[in-house]
Amino acid sequence: MDIENLFQDVRQRLNNHYDSEKLLLLQVLQLANQKGMQFTTDFFSSLSERLSLPATEIKGIASFYSFLDKPRNTQYDIRISDNITDQFQNNAYVINTLQEKYADNPKVNIATTSCIGMNDQGPAMLVNGYTIPNLGPGTLEHVFSLIDDNIPLTSWPSELFTVADNIQRKDILLNDVSGNGTSLNKLTNAEPDEILSIIQNSGLSGRGGAGFSTASKWRLCKQAETENKHVICNADEGEPGTFKDRVLLNSYANQFIEGMTLCAGIVGASQGYIYLRAEYLFLLPKLNAVLQKRRDDNLLGNNILGKKGFDFDIDIHLGAGAYICGEESALIESLEGKRGIPRNRPPFPVTQGYINQPTIVNNVETFLAAAGIVEHGADWFKNTGTEKSPGTKLLSISGDCKKPGVYEFPFGTSIKDILSACGASDTQAVQVAGAAGHMVAPDEFDHAISFEDYATAGSFMVYDHSRDLFQVIKNFADFFKHESCGFCTPCRVGTSLQSDLVEKLVEGNASSYDINEIKSIAKLMQTTSHCGLGATASTAILDLIEKFPQLLEKRLKHLDYTPAFNLDAALEQSRQITGREDSQSHIGGYHD
Amino acid sequence: MTDQQTFSLDGKSIAFEDGDTIMDAALRSGEYIPHLCHNPEFKPHGSCRVCIVNVNGRHVSSCTFPASQDLKVESNTAEIKQKRQSLLQMLFVEGNHVCPGCEKSGACQLQAVAYYCDMLSPHFTHFFPRREVDASHHDFLIDYNRCIVCELCVRASNDVDGKQVFSIQQRGIQRHLAVNSDSGRLGDTSFSKTDKAAHVCPVGAILPKDIGYNQPIGHRLYDRQPISQVGDVAANDKTLQEEDTPHG
Amino acid sequence: MADINNLKNKLEKTRPEKIKLATTSLCGCFGCHMSFLDIDERILQLVELVEFDRSPINDIKKVGPCDIGIIEGGVANAENVEVLQEFRKNCKTLVALGACAVNGGIPAMRNQFELKECLEEAYINGVGIENPMIPSDPEIPLLLNKVHPIHEVVKVDYFLPGCPPSGDTIWTFLTELIEGRPISFPYEQIHYD
Repeated sequence: MDIENLFQDVRQRLNNHYDSEKLLLLQVLQLANQKGMQFTTDFFSSLSERLSLPATEIKGIASFYSFLDKPRNTQYDIRISDNITDQFQNNAYVINTLQEKYADNPKVNIATTSCIGMNDQGPAMLVNGYTIPNLGPGTLEHVFSLIDDNIPLTSWPSELFTVADNIQRKDILLNDVSGNGTSLNKLTNAEPDEILSIIQNSGLSGRGGAGFSTASKWRLCKQAETENKHVICNADEGEPGTFKDRVLLNSYANQFIEGMTLCAGIVGASQGYIYLRAEYLFLLPKLNAVLQKRRDDNLLGNNILGKKGFDFDIDIHLGAGAYICGEESALIESLEGKRGIPRNRPPFPVTQGYINQPTIVNNVETFLAAAGIVEHGADWFKNTGTEKSPGTKLLSISGDCKKPGVYEFPFGTSIKDILSACGASDTQAVQVAGAAGHMVAPDEFDHAISFEDYATAGSFMVYDHSRDLFQVIKNFADFFKHESCGFCTPCRVGTSLQSDLVEKLVEGNASSYDINEIKSIAKLMQTTSHCGLGATASTAILDLIEKFPQLLEKRLKHLDYTPAFNLDAALEQSRQITGREDSQSHIGGYHD
Repeated sequence: MTDQQTFSLDGKSIAFEDGDTIMDAALRSGEYIPHLCHNPEFKPHGSCRVCIVNVNGRHVSSCTFPASQDLKVESNTAEIKQKRQSLLQMLFVEGNHVCPGCEKSGACQLQAVAYYCDMLSPHFTHFFPRREVDASHHDFLIDYNRCIVCELCVRASNDVDGKQVFSIQQRGIQRHLAVNSDSGRLGDTSFSKTDKAAHVCPVGAILPKDIGYNQPIGHRLYDRQPISQVGDVAANDKTLQEEDTPHG
Repeated sequence: MADINNLKNKLEKTRPEKIKLATTSLCGCFGCHMSFLDIDERILQLVELVEFDRSPINDIKKVGPCDIGIIEGGVANAENVEVLQEFRKNCKTLVALGACAVNGGIPAMRNQFELKECLEEAYINGVGIENPMIPSDPEIPLLLNKVHPIHEVVKVDYFLPGCPPSGDTIWTFLTELIEGRPISFPYEQIHYD
């Protein structure tokens, strides 16, 4: 396939107007990788010629994204999810078995990847980008036989790829929102400001974690006087342990797309985008079908529901493996086909977002809630939840509990009640809000999920007493090191230093000096980082240190100081080169 | 006469104009705020974070934060100085900054800012990364060991020279500068010694050849006076103007 | 500069014995020790206050309990580790003197290469080598994979950068440390080169 066809293919999938093909670069790279095209020098040169961008710059864009930095170059490209819940579900067995079997096989590549949002049905992996959950020995055997028989992925049995929704508790959002155009009908029969005031009255705030008032955001964008505005749905659900958007995208697509359309109608935007994380590639066909059906039903496209000038359509853009792109300004950069570096703010996206035009970025759940509020009224929403956090919250519950899955709870529900609902027992700690969130100790289980207490975008991972909480923070420290965009000094260098210190701690070689180092690096990252990634990269680590002193005590070396590296191991090369094994050829490892 | 807009920087009243950042206004008033990735000739970047200040209890980079009336900005406090030191120490351990063996020593902004912030040691554990030196260009060399990825050369080459000689690769701790040519070598680009990009590097990463020790160690830009008095490396680089001056 | 006689009187009141000072050079070039000697005749004032324990200046081989230990050079081999750890155990205050102790310095430039490459270049492939072989005598300390600054091996109390730090810098440091004042240097006394 040549570059020309590749661009045509990408164009074909898109409905919106794009001023420049540069805006499509990431989509082109992403599709090329899906098709197994090799990222050769020639490939980059042809792209360079076509887009008038230096080839190295294009490489720089590709190398920013995990899936494109090491693109698929084998018949079967396997990436095993390596979140802490995957580790606790023994993904090591999957990794080891695969590696043993295919270590020297040129048609198979085996790697690990950040959380792929299958925590309720892990361990899980991506094969050529497509998700296979529930990797027990049986499933693995099945996969082996397919690979051994050279069966192309497209002919693998579909049951391997079946992803369950696992909805365990429904409340207003999952029960009442129709997505059938009711809210849009209301909009076409009213002034946008009236509809906006319903949302304002409901008290809806962003479900992505930051909690900014949705109506205020939409109003600011509405007030911007420009011809072109954009509505972006942030479906880059990358926070480790969260998968509720996966379920919404799969089974509530009409509902959140209606919310996006509503937003477009209110703020006056004509172009919409769903920024879908690459890990959810399997949802793409279904989402496209929903969009097409809505176009056919006049719920998208030109003159929506017959209202002249209500024109809005939605394109799906794929991410390519970068947690930082869940940050709204990094997401916008990525949507423009660039490296996903968070922008300096102000200006904010509501005035200067996508291609510097006013832009709304909201989470999937926020759009769905907005559609529900307009359909059923503000009271429907604010009658549940707390005064400061009206409504409900979708939680992705995974880890040590009997019934993992998606739960919709009113805000204000206590952690204790949530644990009891999901059948957790002997709970040692709960990770609220993902790797960037807090590690909550049992004496805090009376606390509630809400903006004023434990705020969360939805990740809720449960660890019972059989788990090593140090393994948790090691996993998170590695995650942040891997996902830092590298733009600012404290996060780029701090996440690396932190990961090394945490490793030293986990292995039982750290002293109180190292604990102080971890704390001061954390403080520096929290206060001086360019964006939220660096600011939250130490949260769970500090929680473990502060809330679980008895565990820390057992893991520390009781010395003032231990060396930064294993001294004896640092002589290993010398020993090998000289062949020496005399008494002088060894020294103490971390202490003398 | 209209009222002059002002904010306070460490208790001093600083006048500002619409569109100014804290850094813009401070520099214009002759107040020094340490910085590395900032150069007043280019769009603010905000990546090195060395120019952080405390604004109403929040830490912001002064090169990107808009000045506004009655803002209370703290820069010269023990707490901010400590944070700047730590950020500088991170930059020092991230690369290979062997000052005794560097031609730029004494006229290096990383060093000068570190002196200004009383940094006596790199404190953290060194990464000792393995990086290349590219001496392929006739007039200039690139020593990647010293690059602090401030992107000033990228910005200069894109925005002023219109040559796009440089780009950034990878992310996280792997993020690094690269040269836009098939070979990856500077000698195979259109980079020239009169490029703006040749005169903005704050450290010894992009260095002119042949003139390394014209100025002896001990008599260099920052050897006797602090950067707060002498100014940035780029502002003291007279070579570009000399090149521009017609001979005769 | 501190008035040495005042300082001496003050010290004699508080402690009967002289301050004990030890110095050593690990993986360095002895330049920092040479610079130490650049305090010139002030060394006569210094010995009024301090007594040298292990130091290349007096050739004492083993460090005993000391008030101040000064380390030149980075940590490149097993012996460096041992000496450094002995200094840390015996010295109340440990000082990293000069670029190599502070950040590995010039010797740490070998960290750009595999240890094997370095040894092969030096003992096998280099120009003019007779009887090429990598030495493996137990008397020779084994090299670490990399050269490290001393703070990566022991806890360090003070750092004096410079290649070398000047005699004046060392003098400022020692007099202020002995006097128990917070140590601060004039601008021109701190440099990394």
